[in-house]
Parts: sequence; structure tokens; C-alpha cells
Amino acid sequence: MIEAIPLEYYLILSGTIFAIGSVGVLTRRNAIIIFMCIELMLNAVNISLVAFSSFMGDASGQIFVFFVMAVAAAEAAIGLAIVLALFRNKRTIYVDEINLLKW
Amino acid sequence: MALTTIFFLILSIVAIGTAFGTVASKHPVVSAMNLVLHFMMLAGLYLTLNAQFIAVLQILVYAGAIMVLVVFVILLLNLGKEDDVDTRFNARKGVAMTFGAAFVVQILVLFTSAGSFTHEITAESVSTGYVKNLGYKLFTEYLFPFEFIALLLLVAVVGAMVLGKKKLFLERDLQEKSLK
Repeated sequence: MIEAIPLEYYLILSGTIFAIGSVGVLTRRNAIIIFMCIELMLNAVNISLVAFSSFMGDASGQIFVFFVMAVAAAEAAIGLAIVLALFRNKRTIYVDEINLLKW
Repeated sequence: MALTTIFFLILSIVAIGTAFGTVASKHPVVSAMNLVLHFMMLAGLYLTLNAQFIAVLQILVYAGAIMVLVVFVILLLNLGKEDDVDTRFNARKGVAMTFGAAFVVQILVLFTSAGSFTHEITAESVSTGYVKNLGYKLFTEYLFPFEFIALLLLVAVVGAMVLGKKKLFLERDLQEKSLK
């Protein structure tokens, strides 16, 4: 009999990486690093989806991860295009210097 | 301790370390390289969960496509070091770190008190992540979202091209009108 690694190990890892990513989004100024931290958070959620999928023996969780990856790819293309357009117009990608829509 | 557990611990420690590296490093390229390593570690973790297809996709899509895009944008913008990452410690950063730490403590308390969930590895449980299994589900139960994601990617490609143009359509039209 082979026991698998307990489910909560994966969930704790996933929560930790999500927290690191969210702290990065809240503290960094560089728009590209904020973008990378969002990718970290998306991946943290993917870990818990795959963990649940494999523990329930249901492939749906892995299908969701497939869709999350497709959305992340679309987000990467759009997000980086926005960063480029921003740099072209404002000459900066530091989010605290971009205050065009600030009330 | 089982060999898979040791494998899991090594992968997860490196994954958390590289996640810290991504958040904390001054130079965007160092951040990006840390993130590539992080994605590799996650692919290894997916293999410990018997999700082979997702592990391959992780390498191809994240470490391959998305990170190459990020590195290209860093190259195009010619970014240097961010000079005041560690020197500026203000209230906003303190609040963010407190919330992050609180979240981790909450997760730890929740999942260590809930008891252990494990299952036996059998031939059936291993077959969940097979490409055959996933492909069957993708083209029957999840056919509509699968087709819809193609539309989303098309919109993203068109949107990225429009945003990447030197001048947006509206601006050019305005200029033509002012010339007349």
C-alpha cells in the first residue's frame, strides 16, 4: 500500500505562495513585477485545484487549470501591451507615478 | 519518510524561496529568472500529484511562452535597478506584510487543525491526469468553454495588437480631421 502525500501539505504551500504574491502586488512599484506577482497568485490557485482534483479522483480540477492557463496567457499578452503603451506615453512604469485617473 | 515526501519538501522549499526572490529582488530580470525557476518547481509538484499533462503545460505555457514575453518587454523597456526597494518602508508596506502574514497563519491553523487527508495510490487514482482522460472530458463535458477560450485568445491577440500600435486609431482620425 502506497500512501500519497497528504492534501493539506499542498494547500498550505498554495496559501503561502498566494500570500507572497499578494504582498508583492501590494508593496512593489514596478508594473512588470506586479504582473509577475499576479502570475504567482494564479499559480498558487492552480496548485490547490490540481491537488483537489488528484485527491478526489476527478479530472475536472485539471480542466479548470487548463482554462486558467489559457486566461493567464491572454492576460499576459494584454497586460504587457498595456505596460508598453504606458511606457510610450508616460516614460515610466512605476505605478505610483501614474496618476492620470487619480481623483 | 517516503521518497515522494522528500521530493515534495525539496520542491516546495525551492518554490517558496524563488517566490520570495521574485517579490523581493531589485532587478526585474532577476525577478523573471526566479519566476521561471518557480514555474519549473511547480511542474515537479504537479508530477507528484500524477498530473503529467498539466506539468508539461506548465513548462510550455508559463516557463516557455509567458516568461519569454515578460523578458522581451523588460528588454524593450531597458529597465535598470529599482533604486529604492528596501530603503522605503512606509505604513502601506507594513500593512501589506501584516495582512500577508495573517493570511499564512490562518491557513496554517486551519489546515493543521483539520486533520490529515491522504489517499491510497492505486492504478485508478494515477490515471486521473492522463491525457486521454482529460481530452475526453475536455471535448464532451467542457466543450463549450473550450471553444469559448479560443474566442478569448483571439480577442486578446487583436487587443494586444491594437494596444501595441504607435498611435491608436482614434488619435489618427483626429489628426486627419484637424488637417482638413
